[in-house]
Amino acid sequence: MSDITRESVEHLAMLARIALTEEEVTQLTGELSQIVDAIATVSEVAGDDVPATSHPVPLSDVMRDDVPGETLSLEDVFRGAPAHDGERFRVSAILGEEQ
Amino acid sequence: MTSIISLSAAELSEKLASREVSSEEATKAHLERIEAVEGSINAFLHVNDEALAAAKQIDERRAAGEQLHELAGVPIAIKDVLTTKGMPSTSGSRMLEGWVPPYDATVVARLKQAGLIALGKTNMDEFAMGSSTEHSAFGPTKNPWDLNRIPGGSGGGSAAAVAALEAPIALGSDTGGSIRQPAAVTGTVGVKPTYGGVSRYGAIALASSLDQVGPVSRTVLDAALVHDVIGGHDPHDATSLEREWPSFAAAAREGADGADLTGVRFGVVKELDADGISADVQARFKDAVAVIEAAGGEVTEISAPSFKYAVAAYYLILPAEASSNLARFDSVRYGLRVEEPGQTVEQVMAASREAGFGPEVKRRIILGTYALSAGYYDAYYGSAQKVRTLIQRDLEEAFQKVDVLISPAAPTTAFKLGEKIDDPLAMYVNDITTIPANLAGTPGMSIPMGLGADGLPTGLQLMAPMFEDERLYRFGAAIESRLNGGWAGPLALQNSRLEALSDGGAR
Amino acid sequence: MKDKLMDFDKALELFDPVLGFEVHVELNTRTKMFSASPNPANPEFEDAAPNTLITPLDLGLPGSMPVPNRAAVRSAISLGLALGCEIAESSRFARKNYYYPDLPKNYQISQFDEPIAFDGSVQIELSDGRLIDIPIERAHIEEDAGKLTHVGGSTGRIQGAEYSMVDYNRAGVPLVEIVTRTIVGAGVDAPEYAKAYVATIRDIVRGLGISEAKMERGNLRCDANISLMPKGSTTFGTRTETKNVNSLRSAERAIRYEIQRQAQILADGGTIKQETRHWHEDTGRTSAGRPKSDADDYRYFPEPDMLPLTPARELVEELRAQLPEQPVARRRRLKEEWGFTDLEFQDIANGGLVDTVEQTIAAGATPASARKWWTGELSRVANERGVDASTLVSAEHVAELTKLIDEGTLNDRLAREALAGVIEGEGSPSEVVDKRELAVVSDDGALIAAVDEALAAQPDVLQKIRDGKVQAAGAVIGAVMKAMRGQADAGRVREIVLARASN
Ligand SMILES: [Mg+2]
Ligand SMILES: [Zn+2]
Repeated sequence: MSDITRESVEHLAMLARIALTEEEVTQLTGELSQIVDAIATVSEVAGDDVPATSHPVPLSDVMRDDVPGETLSLEDVFRGAPAHDGERFRVSAILGEEQ
Repeated sequence: MTSIISLSAAELSEKLASREVSSEEATKAHLERIEAVEGSINAFLHVNDEALAAAKQIDERRAAGEQLHELAGVPIAIKDVLTTKGMPSTSGSRMLEGWVPPYDATVVARLKQAGLIALGKTNMDEFAMGSSTEHSAFGPTKNPWDLNRIPGGSGGGSAAAVAALEAPIALGSDTGGSIRQPAAVTGTVGVKPTYGGVSRYGAIALASSLDQVGPVSRTVLDAALVHDVIGGHDPHDATSLEREWPSFAAAAREGADGADLTGVRFGVVKELDADGISADVQARFKDAVAVIEAAGGEVTEISAPSFKYAVAAYYLILPAEASSNLARFDSVRYGLRVEEPGQTVEQVMAASREAGFGPEVKRRIILGTYALSAGYYDAYYGSAQKVRTLIQRDLEEAFQKVDVLISPAAPTTAFKLGEKIDDPLAMYVNDITTIPANLAGTPGMSIPMGLGADGLPTGLQLMAPMFEDERLYRFGAAIESRLNGGWAGPLALQNSRLEALSDGGAR
Repeated sequence: MKDKLMDFDKALELFDPVLGFEVHVELNTRTKMFSASPNPANPEFEDAAPNTLITPLDLGLPGSMPVPNRAAVRSAISLGLALGCEIAESSRFARKNYYYPDLPKNYQISQFDEPIAFDGSVQIELSDGRLIDIPIERAHIEEDAGKLTHVGGSTGRIQGAEYSMVDYNRAGVPLVEIVTRTIVGAGVDAPEYAKAYVATIRDIVRGLGISEAKMERGNLRCDANISLMPKGSTTFGTRTETKNVNSLRSAERAIRYEIQRQAQILADGGTIKQETRHWHEDTGRTSAGRPKSDADDYRYFPEPDMLPLTPARELVEELRAQLPEQPVARRRRLKEEWGFTDLEFQDIANGGLVDTVEQTIAAGATPASARKWWTGELSRVANERGVDASTLVSAEHVAELTKLIDEGTLNDRLAREALAGVIEGEGSPSEVVDKRELAVVSDDGALIAAVDEALAAQPDVLQKIRDGKVQAAGAVIGAVMKAMRGQADAGRVREIVLARASN
């Protein structure tokens, strides 16, 4: 059985920056428990001797030359912006500190 | 129907080359078809108002004697997951409603370069999360075979557009079957290329290690023609493969020619021919196997024991990567902002994400956040990555014995709209047939396999080893030509409802 | 709120400080870490207007993808080698997930369990000449975030601001983060450790040429971890992480301040909160920032948009062979070669003039004269103007100046005047000498005439010299120098005076 509780869903929503409603929290608590129970089987299959595959293609060292390319115009930069002053994006007051 | 819109891209391109049909005429015919049937299908989120102008330009260039690409002037529909300069790209989400990207996805740029005409952007499950297109923020797409049924997903829009003759070809993206499963349930062809075979640059990421862009069409040859245009190395995508690919169109043409499969070894995946596969689909799959054997193919059973963990691994890896990929939708630089006076930016971000994302997206973001969070990583995400290794090993072993693996492409025919929308788990297990190829990075194709007793299409999946996409086209085209012989042409054209679709949304 | 501070020496009687440093170095490649946008940490682009160094990736636009910069990876490997690190056989990027408006993707591409370099050590030198090894845990590659400007409120700081503006030019600037292991045993020298360590990192990256390393521009930024443990104890205390330590002086002061603050709290029976603190250069204080919390669950996972880096061993050896001398070793060697005392060398080192003096000597000056001009007249003018001495004139000009002195063309006073002309941009020392007609009069005929005239004008002095009172010659020499408007070699004038007087 999974250990998903209301509190854990609320915590996850905080980490994921989604202001879930009470009802959503209730519903997700139930659904996630079910889903997690169904997918927890993965931890049974693979032992320590099995390496993880984070990427399906066996490639490495794909890099780019240090040559400047095209940049976006200010018009393109701000085209989709919810708020800006033509130079910078505007956001409301920041509560938290920088990381 | 023998009009322009029922032509395959290959057929149309011949008529364009011989100047029997102009690109303007072809584009206009498709735009009119879109106009006529969209009321019932809802495959498009945006129709390109520049399409006719682009088509005229191609006609002028052709008239001027310019040597054009084989597909120049052929219209194509583009899944809304791809960024398109000048056309909105929403990925089916309220979050991106009205967002017009300042750049083209590499695949889109290549289509333009080859002179194809973009008809518009097709509907999809929000951020490609879903198997029914019901999770689109802009309403579901209907299956042209039965308007009460889903067209598959997430690329239901592209599949339905091609099945409803709104476009001869389309682009899709496939993270766990989003090209192949819609193809199966709409009687069309869909291909997920080898991971890295087609650029992901400009494909709005769902799960970066699983996503691949690929073609949607009514014939194997058309899919091959599109793949030839969009494939190949792209320096903007660090996961893009740097290798020479053969002409897939040539492979498809050779495969169809004579359609002989003598000596080709086919493996039926035991684990994908089991419980959960409907009787209809099983029956058609048996027929397909018989057709393959009749063409000289050797069919054996192959076991891939790790496949039974594929769905579980997939529903850990996908949400984990998605939770991170979708973090950028925070209302700061683009996209929806929901704001009340006095709120901090943290509150604005959380409120905007609450308002901008639909329930399935939230579900998967929370699930993915959980799978990556402190204390759970090893048990969930880490283990899922190990399952990937096991699946790759199973496939490697299988491909020692056979040339191609076959299975049903989807476990059932199209289910009813609303049938599974409230049962995420039921929706998830639906992807069992298609997911292994995404986890392993191997190529897969779905081709029409005939109609079930319910009159709805079924799909045959072919899977090839890494980098061997060519086999899909060669053998897929051979099987297709044998099967098409049975129903006299592409299955999509056998849809008796095609004419009626234009009666508006009335039904 | 003003913190209560314990006297520094008393604090060190009671507690042993435990240190750790995280230094972020902005690389000066032409493009950013993962996009082909011009890099504002390269002088070529440092004055770009806000949000003009932007590609789709730098805004985190949907569909955009990162591709690592080969030159930046090479720089990181070189830096790792200069820090005595192992270079990983296989290294990976990872996503560090957290939400902040300066972070376009709301994850930072960094490295987690597979950094490019690890297990190193770097030697620093304290002012008394003691050499200390600072253990390096790792150096990893990552990307910088954008820049926030807080508007409204009284301070322009984040607290009390009404809203903030974001410029993403800096987003994606290549960074190497250098993380030390825990440093124990610094004692009263803890503040000096900090200063010397940051200075050494600065010298290393400058020597490699991989960063402009201008601390005032944020090219080099230090976060300092400090905790105290009671004398005799071996259990580490709770640490704070002081951010924004952006000058050598701040490094020293911030450590000193935190030791005094923590010591007072502990002595009063309080406990230290694990938190980030911000150093304020203006007030010389730290203030409480974000407490460590469960929101710090960064959910690291391998970056699926990029593949592992497996630096070829040949490349690593090639880069190792190109490494410049370590700063401390170099300083010791130069001091020896130039024959300076500790004090004399400190003069040069503290003025940041080691490179400049070295260039001046290479251009032909003697070590003594190079030192004399740079730490003397040039440092004086630089101080007056509040600039670096090395920006006033070139090493070649100083070398040329000393050559003119050695040849006898200039004396000390004239040389200072010539230097002033060079500073004013009138040309090379020779050109200034010509323009201002500064050369010493070396024509004996003219000197003899002037001497004779002066002696004739002061017969009493002549008599005194003839009587053997040689020091009386000074008055005549002075008169001659005055007559020659200073453009004579005083030694030669003296010789002539004595010769003519005895005639
Ligand atoms: Mg840090
Ligand atoms: Zn860092």
